[in-house]
Amino acid sequence: MKIAYFTERPYRWVDEEAVLKNKAFFAISNSHFDREKAAADYNHYLDEAVYAEELGFDAVCLNEHHGNPFCMGSVMNVEAAILARITNKVNIVLIGNPLPTIKHPLRMAEELAEIDLISKGRLVTGWVRGAGSEQFFNNANPAYNREMFNEAHDFIVQAWTRPGPWRYEGKHFHYRHVNPWALPYQKPHPQMWIPGTLSPETVEWCADHAYPYIGLGTSLGPTCDLWDFYADEAQKHGYQAGSENFGYLIPTFVADTDAKAQEIGANFVYGGGQGAFSRPEHTLPSGYNSKDAIRNLSKQPGGSWLGISRDKLGSSGGAAKEAVDYDEVRLKLRAGLDKAQRNMQILIGTPDTVIPKIKKIIEIIRPGIFSFFAVQGQANNEDRMRSLQLLGEHVVPAIREHAKNIGLVDPLTQKPGINKITAGTQRDPVVDRAALQAILDA
Amino acid sequence: MALTSEAVVDVADTQLTMIRGGSGKPLLILHDELGYTGWMRWNEALSNDHELIIPLQPGFGHTPRLDWIMSYRDLGCFYQRVIRELKLGPIDVIGFSAGAYIAAEMAASNPDLFDKVVLVSPLGLKPLEGEIMDMFCLTIKTHLLHTVWNTEAAEFAEIYGGGMSPEQFELFEEARSESTRLGWEPYMFNPSLGHLLKGIGDLPTQLVWGVYDDFSPRGCIDAYKQAIPGAKINDIADAGHRPEIENPDAFIDAVAGFLS
Repeated sequence: MKIAYFTERPYRWVDEEAVLKNKAFFAISNSHFDREKAAADYNHYLDEAVYAEELGFDAVCLNEHHGNPFCMGSVMNVEAAILARITNKVNIVLIGNPLPTIKHPLRMAEELAEIDLISKGRLVTGWVRGAGSEQFFNNANPAYNREMFNEAHDFIVQAWTRPGPWRYEGKHFHYRHVNPWALPYQKPHPQMWIPGTLSPETVEWCADHAYPYIGLGTSLGPTCDLWDFYADEAQKHGYQAGSENFGYLIPTFVADTDAKAQEIGANFVYGGGQGAFSRPEHTLPSGYNSKDAIRNLSKQPGGSWLGISRDKLGSSGGAAKEAVDYDEVRLKLRAGLDKAQRNMQILIGTPDTVIPKIKKIIEIIRPGIFSFFAVQGQANNEDRMRSLQLLGEHVVPAIREHAKNIGLVDPLTQKPGINKITAGTQRDPVVDRAALQAILDA
Repeated sequence: MALTSEAVVDVADTQLTMIRGGSGKPLLILHDELGYTGWMRWNEALSNDHELIIPLQPGFGHTPRLDWIMSYRDLGCFYQRVIRELKLGPIDVIGFSAGAYIAAEMAASNPDLFDKVVLVSPLGLKPLEGEIMDMFCLTIKTHLLHTVWNTEAAEFAEIYGGGMSPEQFELFEEARSESTRLGWEPYMFNPSLGHLLKGIGDLPTQLVWGVYDDFSPRGCIDAYKQAIPGAKINDIADAGHRPEIENPDAFIDAVAGFLS
């Protein structure tokens, strides 16, 4: 198993009540931005990545969002390039570059090749469609999001593997002279790991390409369903999916005592947490979803995808127009945090209290990649670093040992898709549903 | 009420769903960015001496989406082919909002297609002042509410009243998705359209605008007037972006008078 450390690199100083009033982090005015604080935050997060390497993590993960204090990684490749130089061993995992919103796959191929070269082959590059809000920020047409994602991906693979110069005339991208001088250090190119929140189309695409799929804090039952879907699709392509095809990322905060962990871990719902990433009108712009996904949404008024339901899309949207009872909102957020902990979608505690939970999770969904997602909100440097230290010194070794005992192999050790399977035969299970049921019964 | 029919027509390499109703001189109706909302009072009034021909835009849930149509100009060229193949031209046309954008593209490309052109709350040109409301940044509910000034208008309630059924939700999303595909950038206008409209000569053109329209601002009408100096402007009182349902009497008077 490859064990990774991830943080959204939140801008920690945005006023919580401004976020609650706005009903989201996205679209908060940048008049709230303080350059000195942001400069300190950026440097601290790079220090965290270096410390994660010292503590024995296998990888550090970065992501990218735009116009959003929830995540300051607005140009993730800049941070990745710095890490390529100031770290020595860890894989630098990008989850991932939002291809349809960047709209320049040749430039992307060049940037990533440079990072892979500087790091001497430690880059793992992932792709995402970009959240709905990124379409607005980058003026990327959401109705062409999926097409542009596919085309950009296919182009980059070609740009890295087909000797140039050559000309490219696609539907959305056009290049007269494709001949990037800098090519990746890894041959034929870095591995691609794809993060997601259980969109079946993305899972299917990953299975088609034998790319590992990383569930971003997804609840365990639906995760099992999608893992099975992936494995069924993989079988159609003639290979047996295994732990090397799956990854999982979960919000985790540890401290020396459970009480302290709960106090600081409450920052996972600061400003509304992930559920307040963006408002409904920004989360699912028209055209972003497939026709099938819209049909499914239309039939489930209260049903939820990325926290968005048909009812929410049918609401007025916008920031709060009336006075907000902040204490009441915070009580609801706290209740939501407690529920997420009961459902094991957020882990908070001491190493001794979180290790058994992680063991259960990896027994059920059997990922070959496991990433901790650091606390959000206003947790200070010392508390963040202490959590990282406790994870590295106590949790990571325990999980690594357990993963080894239950046979979880990572995609860098075993190439996904290498285990062939004959059509019509019974494939091996990729999840442990009995273990899941035991948790549900409990 | 006029007898209406809905038929799937094999034309322009696709299966185009078309509504027809009334009798008299053919009148092409190009619906707006949310789709055809049914036979309303203004349809009935105009159908007394016109045959209304209402194609349902490709990708709006009835006519299949055409992958090659990536702009309103593409769509305008598609409808030109429909008119040629069905031998409908020259014909009168009324376009609403984005439908007016399509009609303007068609007129700019080939003024001989039309006898008379009515552009209602038209999109398609960058407003001389103000901005076209960004419907893609709004939830469906807020978008709908911004299409009218008079939310108490009887026909607004008739179309959009009550809860949104799954079928309505799906159709709205399909319509908004297709509108996104065609009009995302530049947002609901074409920088070259104004220049081309200057070449339509003396094609009779009417611009209809609800005086409280905060969706396509007055600057849109001013931009059209600048491109087509001979265009006649009819302001509709007590109406926003949907004058045909907010103040149907005034709308019918203005348009029927122009077309007669």
